[in-house]
Amino acid sequence: MITIQKYLKAASLEEAWNANQKRPNRVLGGMGWMKMSSGNVSTAIDLSGLGLDQIEETDDAFIIGAMVTLRQFETHEGLEQYFHGAVRESVRHIVGVQFRNCATIGGSVWLRAGFSDPLTLLLALDCTVELYQGGDQTVQVPIAEFCHMKPDNSILTAVHIHKTGRQAAYQSFRNTETDFPVRAVAVSRLDSSYCAAVGARPTRAMAVTAEQVDQLIEKAQALPYGDNLRASAEYRTMLAGVLIRRAAEELERR
Amino acid sequence: MEIKVKLNGKWIVDNIDPDMLLLDFCRAHYCKSVKRGCETSNCGLCTVWLDGKPVLSCNVLAARADGHEVTTLEGLQEEAKEFGMFLAREGGEQCGFCNPGFIMNVLAMKRELDNPTDEEILEYLAGNLCRCSGYASHMRAIHKWLDSKKEAAQREDHIPENREKMLAHRLSKRTQKHW
Ligand SMILES: Cc1cc2nc3c(=O)[nH]c(=O)nc-3n(C[C@H](O)[C@H](O)[C@H](O)COP(=O)(O)OP(=O)(O)OC[C@H]3O[C@@H](n4cnc5c(N)ncnc54)[C@H](O)[C@@H]3O)c2cc1C
Ligand code: FES
Ligand code: FES
Repeated sequence: MITIQKYLKAASLEEAWNANQKRPNRVLGGMGWMKMSSGNVSTAIDLSGLGLDQIEETDDAFIIGAMVTLRQFETHEGLEQYFHGAVRESVRHIVGVQFRNCATIGGSVWLRAGFSDPLTLLLALDCTVELYQGGDQTVQVPIAEFCHMKPDNSILTAVHIHKTGRQAAYQSFRNTETDFPVRAVAVSRLDSSYCAAVGARPTRAMAVTAEQVDQLIEKAQALPYGDNLRASAEYRTMLAGVLIRRAAEELERR
Repeated sequence: MEIKVKLNGKWIVDNIDPDMLLLDFCRAHYCKSVKRGCETSNCGLCTVWLDGKPVLSCNVLAARADGHEVTTLEGLQEEAKEFGMFLAREGGEQCGFCNPGFIMNVLAMKRELDNPTDEEILEYLAGNLCRCSGYASHMRAIHKWLDSKKEAAQREDHIPENREKMLAHRLSKRTQKHW
């Protein structure tokens, strides 16, 4: 468990950003992952007073505040209707309701973890990450680019899912309920083009695109996979094929 | 740092270390039902409610609870006892270690879900581990308890004066909407 010297409940984004410029200081999400690490945090920066805990639905997008919990993400009616259950499916197997009431979208995206279910889903959607970079400046970074960026001292303020008409289906496979996924897959379709994001490689998710499902599977199976104690690369390659097909069939049925 | 927390209905002011976990805060304030089974967010034993929602208190800093309401099993004695009886009758209480966290989450589920299916119940409670029971007895206890609640509500509904009160209440709501 980390140790914390000072606790700062930020009164403004600028205050949070300023505090985050010093490296021993750290932004707090839901603490789920941070708690598992060790080390010394000088100032823990709490964003919970900044109104970042809301999901806003506009005509063009869903704007998901960084402090929105995974459970809010899971149970939001607008997201449920627009994506036909894909959002719920992407997080409902993560630990338990009590954990999902703590872990945040901001922390989950910021972490860019290989096992991340929500990151895998977002990578298959038309999604940008909003970063606050001081002096009232925010930038929007496409999620695929964000995945490969090195963590800097920005504050992640929101994730935007743009309503382009893209539809998605989500599939994951776990050795046992509540464990990390052995394979996470999101398939999306816009017009006649498919995209598959494949997570738990076991490293960070990657996406491929194709016009046909067979091609999509072929490309996804050609991605680099590794072994770990949960599964071998070979098993992961096979699962990629099965889960992409299931997700694509689900999209067909709608 | 100083925090003010409404713990089981009573405001408490305390001076804490910034890295104190809510779990330790609850225990320091005599809520010993809150236990540490793993501290890696896996067992659910440390479940408390934060503003009415179940959270893992091993995963929340006490500082985050500043200005908020925290409920532990000690604050829900009547309900906990009632469900606990169902659990015991079905053999769902073996060593009993998992019970406090499990009961907290079952009571939260009852408030959040209407007529949950088996799949919904299993999903809601997936984060609560029990190493003795195999969960079958838990499921029986939950079903019997939920049924008893439903029957009690139906009986209430059939008492003529309650029915009249309810109709009057619904009517007044409709009228309010109209205005
Ligand atoms: C036991 C366990 C099992 C898990 N299983 C799964 C699983 O099956 N699938 C899955 O997808 N995930 C899983 N997770 C990960 C979890 O869902 C969260 O992604 C993780 O806890 C991070 O979210 P958090 O809100 O807790 O962030 P924190 O742990 O608080 O923060 C994570 C990192 O992000 C930084 N940070 C947080 N918010 C911001 C922000 N707004 N701006 C800038 N930096 C920020 C923090 O400084 C920290 O470095 C699991 C975690 C645990 C502990
Ligand atoms: S002690 Fe919190 S989940 Fe086990
Ligand atoms: S009764 Fe022993 S752990 Fe559940």
